[in-house]
Amino acid sequence: MTADRPPILDIRGLRKSFHHVEVLRGIDLAVHPQELVFVIGPSGSGKSTLLRCCNRLEEPTSGSIRVDGIDIMARSTDINAMRRRIGMVFQSFNLYPHMTARGNVALALIKVLRKPRAQAEEIALAALHRVGLSDKARAYPAELSGGQQQRVAIARALALEPKLMLFDEPTSALDPELVGSVLNVMRELKRAGMTMLVVSHEMRFARDAADRVIFMDHGAIVEEGSPEEIFAKPTEPRTRAFLADLTR
Amino acid sequence: MEAIVEQFFNIPIMQRALPLLLMGLRQTALICLMVIPLGLAGGLAFALLSRSSLRAVRSAAVVGIDFFRAVPPLVLLIFVYSGLPFAGVRPSPFTAVAIAFFLNTSSYYGEIYRAGIESIGLGQWDAARSTGLTASQTLAYVVLPQAVRNVLPDLVSNTVEVVKLTSIASVVALPELLYSADMARSVTFNSSPLVLAAAIYLVMLWPIVRLVSRLERRIAT
Amino acid sequence: MQHGFGFLDAFFNPGLIERYLPDIAKGMAVTIEIAAAVVVTGILLGLVLAIARSFRVLPVSALIVLFVDVFRALPPLVLVLLVYFGLPNVGIYLPSFAVLWLVLSLVLAAFCEEIFWAGILSVPKGQWEAARSTGLGFVGALAYVVLPQALRLTVPPITNRTIAITKNTALGTVIGVGEILNQATTAQSFSGNATPLMMGAIAYVMLFIPVVVLGRSLETRFAWRRG
Repeated sequence: MTADRPPILDIRGLRKSFHHVEVLRGIDLAVHPQELVFVIGPSGSGKSTLLRCCNRLEEPTSGSIRVDGIDIMARSTDINAMRRRIGMVFQSFNLYPHMTARGNVALALIKVLRKPRAQAEEIALAALHRVGLSDKARAYPAELSGGQQQRVAIARALALEPKLMLFDEPTSALDPELVGSVLNVMRELKRAGMTMLVVSHEMRFARDAADRVIFMDHGAIVEEGSPEEIFAKPTEPRTRAFLADLTR
Repeated sequence: MEAIVEQFFNIPIMQRALPLLLMGLRQTALICLMVIPLGLAGGLAFALLSRSSLRAVRSAAVVGIDFFRAVPPLVLLIFVYSGLPFAGVRPSPFTAVAIAFFLNTSSYYGEIYRAGIESIGLGQWDAARSTGLTASQTLAYVVLPQAVRNVLPDLVSNTVEVVKLTSIASVVALPELLYSADMARSVTFNSSPLVLAAAIYLVMLWPIVRLVSRLERRIAT
Repeated sequence: MQHGFGFLDAFFNPGLIERYLPDIAKGMAVTIEIAAAVVVTGILLGLVLAIARSFRVLPVSALIVLFVDVFRALPPLVLVLLVYFGLPNVGIYLPSFAVLWLVLSLVLAAFCEEIFWAGILSVPKGQWEAARSTGLGFVGALAYVVLPQALRLTVPPITNRTIAITKNTALGTVIGVGEILNQATTAQSFSGNATPLMMGAIAYVMLFIPVVVLGRSLETRFAWRRG
């Protein structure tokens, strides 16, 4: 596949403690270009924290994280510039309520990439088109459904042309009938070759779209493999217990 | 009954006092025009400093806000006007009022801004920072616009308080509205000038007070 | 360092501190007494007015709104001077501290009424309906279901407003009430030294900083969700 190319995301020995509680106990993870890596595990296993360390929304306690070859922990690294290469989609969307959909997508283009307003709005419209919402460009978040808001959030991250996209439980806050629209966008991103690290409970999506599935528990990676391996023939007892709980 | 009308609603006396009161009103307006923008700016500075990453700056700002909210404005004014001369500085009544009111209103506006900024959920910061916006940019384009919108009734209501506060400048003989009215009272031995001043305050502030009530009620429900 | 010593002496003269401490302490007692009285009568009156307004009898509500608007729009000092100088001329003689207490109580009551009223309005209609549908009368629904919920919401703004109003006890100095500022300025003009003023300022800070800090912690505990 693409395993011969250097990984877009290279995590070695990542540890994170909050006060004296160790949440991540030495994570090693490499995500290769165009891979979709799916992370599953019980709540409290550290999945979200892992994701948030990747763009330093949480500060790792120790270990190294390299994105596209650059050490994001180094003092000399401009983290704001780095964050342009890493897109993040949140469980609670976090759209800016005082701006239209187009405004939400264009803000970083104007302020971070310093594009002139007209050009930024064009790019924003194109991103909204990719997620199927170009007709909602002038709508405010309050006027959009949950699924639409999340798609705008994806467009907001996409517009910066990131090398890597992080998804933190993107559909967990959505009503069931709206989940499909967001997953379809994610499928399309995968097809277009985006490198993605996804934390989610949507197992069917994982079976269809994931290249690798990782099971985390208590801050460590317990087992990893292809979707077939993990879902059909898990080797670790904890993995089996977790999957059994899910399908109950 | 006639005694009440004669003492409080004496039209001829009110007519004679009106020109003096209008000059006082002008002085009141001058104070407001200076103190309100300064206070709004100072308050924003206080609020931003209270979020500094340097602990010393943060503590100083919070202590400052609390201190100047704890001291009654009249005490601060008297201290600046009567106390500073002992330190070699002799401020004019207007300067003393400006200094004291700036410190007082900045701390009140600062507390309002601070509460507003704090009320903006962490998710907004996460989203903005994750697209590469710096902390200052996030504050300027995402957090502050929402925060100010949320605390607008408080800001307006506090501004009403500032206008009412100008009346204590009369204690240091600054010829604003109340001072002029009280001067007229002591000369005529009649309280009607004070009633006239009250009427002027009402005309200025009543509509805004009504508006604030309506705004507050809309947010609460 | 003549100048430096002069500064300390002008604001922190130990001899004067000792001499005027009792006066400042007396002032603190007066301030606390009047403030306490204002808080009790002001909040109670405000609550009574808000409850009266909830009966929705139009003339009563209109009068209450009129009273509240006037006392929220007028500067307290104007009211103090009006009452102090005006009443004797129509035959009513009130001592200074009573004038101060009366005016500040009415002002606090006006603000509190608005706050309580907003609290009552913010309790969803469904609560009234549920209570009435179980047979509770209007008063019962108000007392057992609506008010408890409304009051909880009002703690932060009531606290804030009370602190602001009680600081106006300093206005008493203008009409001769023996509170802190009065004692301080009198002592200052007698002694020709700013030390009593400094003592007065510190006395106020000692009284009110704990209250302000308490107010902020109450505010975060009973956070009023906005927007």
